[in-house]
Amino acid sequence: MSPNNPPHPERWMKVCPEGLYVEPGGFYVDPLRPVERAVITHGHSDHARPGHAKVLATPGTLAIMRQRLGEGAGGFQQALEYGEAIRIGEVTVRLAPAGHVLGSAQVILEHAGSRVVVSGDYKRTFDRTCAPFEPVPCDVFITEATFGLPVFRHPPDLGEVRKLIHSLEIFPERTHVVGVYALGKCQRLITLLRAAGYDRPIYLHGALEPICTLYEGFGIALGELRPATVAAKEELKGALVLAPPAAVADRWARRLTDPVVAMASGWMRVRQRARQRGVELPLVISDHADWDELTQTLDDVGAPEVWVTHGREEALVHHATQRGIRARALALVGFEEEGA
Amino acid sequence: MNRFATLIDALVFMPSRNGKIRLLADFFSTTPDPDRGWALAALTEALTFNEAKPAAIRQLVAARTDPELFALSYDYVGDLAETVALIWPERHDRANSLPPSLPEVVDTLRAAKRSQVMDLVEGWLDTLDSSGRFALLKLITGSLRVGVSARLAKTALAELGKVDIGELEECWHGLTPPYLDLFAWLEGRSERPAAGHGAGFRPLMLSHPLEEEDRASLDPVDYSAEWKWDGIRVQLVSKGGERRIYSRTGDDVSGAFPDIVDHMSFDAVLDGELLVARREGEVASFNDLQQRLNRKAVTAKMLQEFPAWVRLYDILFDGDEDLRGLSFLERRARLERWYGEVQPRRMDLSPLVPFAGWAELESLRDNARENSIEGLMLKRRDSVYTAGRPKGPWFKWKRGALTLDTVLMYAQRGHGKRSSYYSDFTFGVWRGDELVPVGKAYFGFTDAELVELDRWVRNKTVRKYGPVREVEPGLVLEVAFDSVHPSTRHKSGLAMRFPRVHRIRWDKPAGEADRLETLQKMVVV
Repeated sequence: MSPNNPPHPERWMKVCPEGLYVEPGGFYVDPLRPVERAVITHGHSDHARPGHAKVLATPGTLAIMRQRLGEGAGGFQQALEYGEAIRIGEVTVRLAPAGHVLGSAQVILEHAGSRVVVSGDYKRTFDRTCAPFEPVPCDVFITEATFGLPVFRHPPDLGEVRKLIHSLEIFPERTHVVGVYALGKCQRLITLLRAAGYDRPIYLHGALEPICTLYEGFGIALGELRPATVAAKEELKGALVLAPPAAVADRWARRLTDPVVAMASGWMRVRQRARQRGVELPLVISDHADWDELTQTLDDVGAPEVWVTHGREEALVHHATQRGIRARALALVGFEEEGA
Repeated sequence: MNRFATLIDALVFMPSRNGKIRLLADFFSTTPDPDRGWALAALTEALTFNEAKPAAIRQLVAARTDPELFALSYDYVGDLAETVALIWPERHDRANSLPPSLPEVVDTLRAAKRSQVMDLVEGWLDTLDSSGRFALLKLITGSLRVGVSARLAKTALAELGKVDIGELEECWHGLTPPYLDLFAWLEGRSERPAAGHGAGFRPLMLSHPLEEEDRASLDPVDYSAEWKWDGIRVQLVSKGGERRIYSRTGDDVSGAFPDIVDHMSFDAVLDGELLVARREGEVASFNDLQQRLNRKAVTAKMLQEFPAWVRLYDILFDGDEDLRGLSFLERRARLERWYGEVQPRRMDLSPLVPFAGWAELESLRDNARENSIEGLMLKRRDSVYTAGRPKGPWFKWKRGALTLDTVLMYAQRGHGKRSSYYSDFTFGVWRGDELVPVGKAYFGFTDAELVELDRWVRNKTVRKYGPVREVEPGLVLEVAFDSVHPSTRHKSGLAMRFPRVHRIRWDKPAGEADRLETLQKMVVV
């Protein structure tokens, strides 16, 4: 095998029913089914699934997996810090920050003279709760495309948070319930609120507490948090309650006094999406790259070839092709659109 | 424009009807004339200017964006105005220009020539933010579609002015934007404006579905029954030489039915069902009627092949005499007398259906399988003609639906509330060992089921044809429909009336879905 003429990564990376398979290393990245050996990009449940025999991930991701999956987090868990290299079979593996949630990583794969980067989910916006995305030059860049359409442009996140604080000022008697995903969005929103000067206690639905505690253990300050479930109705008037999206639409939120239903998600950019979910106060805050960040990232990594995993692949493939980048969609299924 | 855009956004996001009324009432009470009047006109679709055609807006955006990316975005978002509002590339050099006010936009557009409209729009789009762009685009295409009916806007106005909505409806058709006299009346600064002109629309009286529990509390002696015809509800107005046919929402559809207008040489306001007749008085299927709907002009061939017919069931005005205060039985007698005297062509009377009790009526309803009958109407004999949908005087009692187990074949993204979800489903049944499509349904499922259907479609797509996804034949939809008719437009040779998803049979193997022969047996000619 000559380094001058390395085998095309297509020959050693395969899409299998279990997920993305790295043949010369004998492992999968974010597999959908239990496998012998898995490298996990981050702790969201559609990427970090239970039941693998061996799991490699950042210490943050492993901590999240242990908390969420218990024994299912993997028979043998191996932590790899950002920037450290490890050899698996004939592949050198490194992890680089993806800026998505705490512990989230891009997987850098080097084999026979070429380099492939699996970005996992990522964003480029500044986020106090995780290390910022690091562009890594490569031969093939594998990207998500959750918001891969030019209609998705996330506005500045502090502006969105100020909308929420403003609404709390105008409706001081109404409880504001914000739908947030338990891992990542919840903690990021709290740090944004604190940065915007909101220093009152923030009430949490029970499902959000464990991950917040975990984040605090990693040194991320979240200010005063209180359980919403035990709080008196009177105490919650004019208060801010965070809850998983499903609970917001549910009876759980209805026991509150005339609640303002808000949702923090990139999907809120499209009015009809917000409307479908019965959201009165949409907050466009996302942990995924928007269109500009996706296209900027393609420029930054400078890969001559791009594979698009999940989301709105067609548009990003089209854009890349227009720019002279070889691009194709990987037919990967099983990744959720939620959590965005 | 900003206040209007904020209102539009808030309305889009407000899920409850009462919340919308509150938002509207608040807007009307805090926004000055003439801004609020123009906003009201926009909401009730009463604005007239050289509207921008969707094609022109596409052209505008095409000059600023990649066409492929725009097409994909539009397919995803499902609404042209929203797509353009979101995708429009902002020009930073215009960021400090002042966005136009709503009256300025309306006045400018009313004065503008058709050829100038798109230039104006382009300039405004550059100065507005995405909410403002959305509102402007909705406005200039002539349809806001923000979940506010004219009726809802009027309800908010009635609440604001603490007046009866019937009173407001009565004068509504005489009013013109920006409604200065209306707001003056609502704010107690002047008398109620004069009632609408003679040939205006009179708000219709509507019915409630008859529920099991209603029946127990109703005495059949108090009600008259009529067939519920499977056509479209119309109001015929012929006053002072003007002739109009209005749809149930008050849209003027006279242009599509000259064969009825020709025979309206009387002075009255009538309520009835528009149908297509095969021969004098013999009603054809709704399919045939559909050939005549949604057309601005109608060809001689169509007039001959699908002649329109009106089956009358109520009279609101006889000459200048307002009969709406009379009881149903008195109005019925007046209608019969009027019909006997005038003998209008292309019209007949919807007969009363005599019955002794609920059981007999139910059996009449279930045995009526004629194409043109949807079920029964029950009208309280002593009820006066009231605008709107009062509960109690009128009930509709539809006959039971037919059902069929079908296999999902194709899916397409929906529009409006369902945009960006795969929510338009084409389903088929087995003919030999192939599936043939027999219909399309886009409702009948809950929002939660829609999310699951959407996911199923995304994961089971085998082929894409533009916006249409073909899925593997693996999901059984139990479809309910009112009737089925022969059709030359469909490959299966059949067309369903009013199909909807009754149940999603996640449990049922596709091979066990129904066969075409089963559906053929359900055809009633």
